[in-house]
Amino acid sequence: MNDLLARYGAALTALFAALTAFWLLALVVLPDLYLFENSFRPYLPLADMGGPKDFYSLNNYLTFFRSPIHIQVFVWTIVYSSVVTVLCFVIAYPLAYYLAKVARSNVVPTLFLLLLIPLWVSEVLRAFAWFIILALKGPLNFALLGIGIVDQPIRWMTGFRSVVIGLVYTYVLFMLFPLYNAIQSLDTNQIEAAEDLGSPWWRTHWRVILPHAKPGIASGSVMVFMLSAGSILVPTLLASTNSRWFTEIIQQWMFESQDWNTGSAYAFLLLLLCTVFVSVVMRLFRVKLSDIAK
Amino acid sequence: MSAGVDLDVVSADFGSFRAVDRVTVHIKPGEFFSFLGPSGCGKTTILRMISGFIRPSEGKISIGGQDMRDIRPNQRPTALIFQNLALFPLMPVWENIAFGLEVRGVDKKARRAKAEELLRLVDLPGAADKAIGQLSGGQKQRVAIARALAVEPKVMLLDEPLSALDLKLRQHMRAELRAIQKRTNVTFIYITHDQGEALAMSDRVGVMSQGRLQQVAIPQEIYNNPTNGFVASFVGENNVFSGKIGTMNGKGAEFETGAGTFKALLGPGVTASTNSKLYLRPEHARLVASPTNGENAIPVEIADVAFEGNFISIQARDAGGKILVAEARNDVRAAVPAPGEKMHLVFDPDRAIILADAGPVPDIDVVA
Repeated sequence: MNDLLARYGAALTALFAALTAFWLLALVVLPDLYLFENSFRPYLPLADMGGPKDFYSLNNYLTFFRSPIHIQVFVWTIVYSSVVTVLCFVIAYPLAYYLAKVARSNVVPTLFLLLLIPLWVSEVLRAFAWFIILALKGPLNFALLGIGIVDQPIRWMTGFRSVVIGLVYTYVLFMLFPLYNAIQSLDTNQIEAAEDLGSPWWRTHWRVILPHAKPGIASGSVMVFMLSAGSILVPTLLASTNSRWFTEIIQQWMFESQDWNTGSAYAFLLLLLCTVFVSVVMRLFRVKLSDIAK
Repeated sequence: MSAGVDLDVVSADFGSFRAVDRVTVHIKPGEFFSFLGPSGCGKTTILRMISGFIRPSEGKISIGGQDMRDIRPNQRPTALIFQNLALFPLMPVWENIAFGLEVRGVDKKARRAKAEELLRLVDLPGAADKAIGQLSGGQKQRVAIARALAVEPKVMLLDEPLSALDLKLRQHMRAELRAIQKRTNVTFIYITHDQGEALAMSDRVGVMSQGRLQQVAIPQEIYNNPTNGFVASFVGENNVFSGKIGTMNGKGAEFETGAGTFKALLGPGVTASTNSKLYLRPEHARLVASPTNGENAIPVEIADVAFEGNFISIQARDAGGKILVAEARNDVRAAVPAPGEKMHLVFDPDRAIILADAGPVPDIDVVA
């Protein structure tokens, strides 16, 4: 703050502070508070608002716990978000290790560029692309049949398969970057020291590299999990009739039933329950919040 | 158990840069051998080739008579101590030490016992359960040594492991390392740019410059009979005189310099046509009021006198303004010259040596 004052003077500093405060309070905190307040009030016709029927209660939240189907959808959302997180880790870890420790430093920027180019295309288009790729008579099945791996086309767009594939594709980089940073900060001498002491490659990973990368794994996993559980676009586009994502239910409350109150309650429940889930998992793996912030 | 290490005409190229150039040296089992040289001279590359992290571009490396060509670092009978030690910060001390045993499938109880035993060997008992971050620099050093010894290597490779320590601890660890080497009788190959370290600890020293081995000999030989100008100026102090060789007579010659013509010994391989300089160690230079006839003498004016305790370092300026250094033992009975005094710097012909600037690659297979 003193730095800013010295560099830009009082007037500009005040402007910066005011703009930041406006963004944070008016555009981030206030809408959330509005929804939060609403989530405790009943859904009423305009005439009854502010009347005797308009009082605070936990009824909107209880709606969720009274609905087995909604609970089931929530559980599947958590389960498949976890699957997405694990798959992202399995894909990103070797890649991150390669980029951080194996690839020559002069090709790393090019490789990162190649990884980032798909992000230049909008998420909607990318989801649609997978819709086409995974179609029953789409290119993926065509290729698999062509190589002879399968003799019947695979129905990808059933259950949660296509949703998981789409989410992994969309969020894998959120796992890659924290992992890359974590592995890159490991002193290469430690890897060589382990090898010098006779360690085979897998033990070096298990005992030296993975423990060091734990904070990166944790922050990548939290990000991928939260983004997946909160994703609406990919599940809407790639889901089949027998797979529903929890966010779709929130959307139904808000846009199809016009019941923003219950929708808000569901949204906060999603946030709360996911946070609890993540905390429990972090406790199980002995990761501290301060590790992630590093 | 220890093994000898043989390097036969080993070179290492990085692109067009030749880091190690045709090095041949035979290190004996149980020997404490140091590679000494300035940074960038290729000594670390040699160490990494012996440990297996770099493949030689040419030549052959054998350990205990066995060719190491296709043997990976984790299969070699060597243990490397890194410059920054590379201890595993997330494991407690004992797991660090026992890591090599864990790899070899030794059960936990035996691992723990071995770690405790090694901690006693390196004089650090009771540290088994400490975290690496709790240790001081010297303690980390000991843990690194114990970790390397745990795998019972035949050859121990040390990459300037003392460079991060303060002076006092460094001197203490020198003696400690030497003692551990004698106790375990493992071959030690030590890399350093610190000549004091190399001379004090080693059985033999190999001096390197620009990828080439300049001289391999016992420490006294390196200091007293350097083979060329590089070794003479890198190891210890010298007064250096440019000039050319005059009349030669057997093992000696007259050397014509701007400060006069002096009688001196001829270094190895030096002929009348070699580009050479005259080297005189400060401790071989004396200051006298008047020289005897025919003695090597340079008229000087005393510029500065530094009292160092056990010796006195005297800087003197010759007629051409060049600063020469003479060292005298602190003999309380002798008078110490005062700055401004006019004297003569004299030296014996068999204490000054004429050495080639960039000598031919000397005969490197010298046996100590």
